[in-house]
Amino acid sequence: MSGIGQAVSRLDGPGKVSGRTLYIGDIPLDDVTYAVMVPATRPHARIRTIDLAAATAAPGVIGIFTHHNTPRFGRIDVPLSQPVMPLQDDRVLYEGQPVALVVADTLERATHAARLVAVAYDETPFDADFAADLSRTEVAPAFFGIPPDNAKGDVSAAWSAAEVQLEGVYRTADRHHSAMEPAATLAIWRDGELRIHDATQGVFDARACVAQALHLDPEQVRVSNTFIGGGFGGKGWGWPYQILAAMAARELGRPVKLVLTRAQTFTSHGYQAATHQTVALSAQRDGTLSSIRHDSIVAGSFAGDHVEGAGWDTHALYASPAFSTTHRLRRLHRGNPAAMRAPFGGVGLVAVEIAMDELAYKLGMDPLALRLKNHTDVDPSDGKPFSAKKLRACYEIGARRFGWSDRRAAPRSMRDGRELVGYGMSSLVLRAYRFAANARVSIDRDGAVRIETATQDVGQGLSTVIPQIAADALGVPVDRVSLVLGDTILPVAPFTGGSSATMSVGSAVQDAAVKLRERLIAAGANGPEGYAGALAALNVESLSADGTWAPADPEASPAIFSFGAVFAEVGVDEDIPIPRVRRIVGVYDAGKIMNPKTARSQMTGGVVWGIGQALLERSETDPRLGRFVSKNLAGYLVPVNADIPEINTTFVESFDPHASPLGARGIGELGALGVAPAIANAVFHATGVRVREVPIRPEHLLVG
Amino acid sequence: MRTSAPSQPGGGIAADDTVAISLHINGELRHVLTDRRATLLDTLRERLALTGTKKGCDRGECGACTVHIDGRRVLACLALAVMAEGREVITIEGVTPADGLHPVQASFIEHDALQCGYCTPGQVMSAIACIREGRATSDDEIREFMSGNLCRCSAYPQIVAAVRAAAAGA
Repeated sequence: MSGIGQAVSRLDGPGKVSGRTLYIGDIPLDDVTYAVMVPATRPHARIRTIDLAAATAAPGVIGIFTHHNTPRFGRIDVPLSQPVMPLQDDRVLYEGQPVALVVADTLERATHAARLVAVAYDETPFDADFAADLSRTEVAPAFFGIPPDNAKGDVSAAWSAAEVQLEGVYRTADRHHSAMEPAATLAIWRDGELRIHDATQGVFDARACVAQALHLDPEQVRVSNTFIGGGFGGKGWGWPYQILAAMAARELGRPVKLVLTRAQTFTSHGYQAATHQTVALSAQRDGTLSSIRHDSIVAGSFAGDHVEGAGWDTHALYASPAFSTTHRLRRLHRGNPAAMRAPFGGVGLVAVEIAMDELAYKLGMDPLALRLKNHTDVDPSDGKPFSAKKLRACYEIGARRFGWSDRRAAPRSMRDGRELVGYGMSSLVLRAYRFAANARVSIDRDGAVRIETATQDVGQGLSTVIPQIAADALGVPVDRVSLVLGDTILPVAPFTGGSSATMSVGSAVQDAAVKLRERLIAAGANGPEGYAGALAALNVESLSADGTWAPADPEASPAIFSFGAVFAEVGVDEDIPIPRVRRIVGVYDAGKIMNPKTARSQMTGGVVWGIGQALLERSETDPRLGRFVSKNLAGYLVPVNADIPEINTTFVESFDPHASPLGARGIGELGALGVAPAIANAVFHATGVRVREVPIRPEHLLVG
Repeated sequence: MRTSAPSQPGGGIAADDTVAISLHINGELRHVLTDRRATLLDTLRERLALTGTKKGCDRGECGACTVHIDGRRVLACLALAVMAEGREVITIEGVTPADGLHPVQASFIEHDALQCGYCTPGQVMSAIACIREGRATSDDEIREFMSGNLCRCSAYPQIVAAVRAAAAGA
């Protein structure tokens, strides 16, 4: 059989390896026009003039939009969207903000004409340099329903009374999603209705944004996608390019295709904002923590309210009787940041888990023993038990697989030829974001099962796992199950993000499939003709059932988090200090795993993201020009094949009934957690140089 | 408040910016009207409906647009369409059998060497060439000679396994 827990090969594999899969930019459209944005070249300015003479006269130009002729958009209030709308007035709030949109009959002509748009700016003073003045901050707004500050117990009293104190400042860099598929929108206005193909991670959110902006009833807008060429949090909704494509299609009455250039992807749909985090740990001599303080200053934007919630999950890590987490926002003249794999706690773990390693050295303890000493099976914030925590087993299995006991405690004590070798480790924690979802499952007399739900597949394997869940419930082979997804005409499902899709949508699909099975059994499916007999008895060609699922009230639930442990080995040449990862072992506690084959790939991918965070990924901002310097994949370094060593991941499985009826929690971001601090700690062990910043670069190690 | 001059408009382009060319693609001679400035990639995708070749960066950094020209790996975003006249162009559509899959494609599925799939046609085209070039004799060699193709989902270890297995079967 091919139900839950089976290593089914990706059902969407044949289309993808053959190039037959249609991503948004591949969809054929009759009479299509090409839209190209003109981005602002200044981070803070007023547009004095826009000279369109040359662009208007260029061959093939169909229309040009600026703030002079673009309709006034309605206000968008959809969560996680950027509220500042494009082409509404002469103000520029960030470099890359669209200041014109050119539409022409071919891509080359549109691209050329866009270059002919001559914009003159009156520049105004700007601040795009995060580190320049960290005193100019504000209390971060509550974001995604999570307040900026959280505390329990008396942290300052515990700190003052402690036998051992450790405080450090840790920094993470601006990073860009850099999905391989640049975001794309196709918009068609026909008979008062807007049809949008968009590589969005939330078709309903995107629909709401477009409807609000264009003053339409949501029922007049249909948004869909079948495949997304990578999202990672960057393929959102309500971003200017999406609104502009929809607007142009309506104004021109022609289908509009807008595909971002690679450079535009760096300024069009967010980024992971840089952070400056202070962590203070106090402990008894035996390693027992008495307080954790985690204060984050995060880079923000004048164009939106995104907050990189680095400390959101810190309280759930260790059994400290007192903790305090704060978030302060430093707004800059840059576009609004966005969630990026792995956001929030994924950024905060870098600081807390390097600090824990420092504390272990200060105490003369093994870093793993320090974690075990402070292990907790209840959420320290409210004393509620965790839903199904298996972190102790993760530590134990990880340490054994890795050979942690071979580690010599002293820095610079291990080597392999010319390479200094270091071992480091990290704990990790991820809260379970879950959302209400709906699905419909139907079966026909040939035994073909069809699932319909509006969820989006970003490549994580949902198109395989969701059919497995229905196949499991109905007792049919998975190759009899088809899935229709990513469309606002389908049963409502949440955006794909926050490692939530399998729990949320999978549970709704299971509910629908179980209801369908019960109806079929009631109609006589236990007879020799099976489901077909039941359909015949009902005198119908097919039968469907609607399913739904919503998370229980959090007040009545245990604390639902996933956990894990990562162990890293690095090598650093003694003369040329370029740190290289030699191997990674990760062991994860995420409840029940639906498909070990696709799950392993997700974890491997996450670990590679962690390696990028640790050693490569940093978007430099030029403080004088107020812009990201390297808006391309040659200057913004992501890992390539030759960067990646042996990666060994496994799960400690358990059935978590509190997280979802499937027993599963989410894994999309899990693999990316804890990797960077484990690598940073291994770099210290190898070299004796403590780097409190990622990515770690050779210059950090060129000391002494 | 500082004031800047308008940016200088670019040079003009004659109205007759189109050009008729003939390309040998996947064993067929295709006649196409394209823009003189058009890359091979955009001509394949926007004018010949061959969308299996993907555009990731448009400047030779990601490898998603890898095709074969006269048997060699070429980045279609760095080649002008007019330069491909008289040469043999093979795209992902050209290596995929009408019924079934190329052994490298099957190996990618078997080893789960893809997730979102956007880089995958380029990975497959590079892998076929990598094996043919004799550069798939060890894992380290595969890693090195497949490093021109980025995979942000980061299926790199599985890609190495897929190429190794396909090379062993070749």
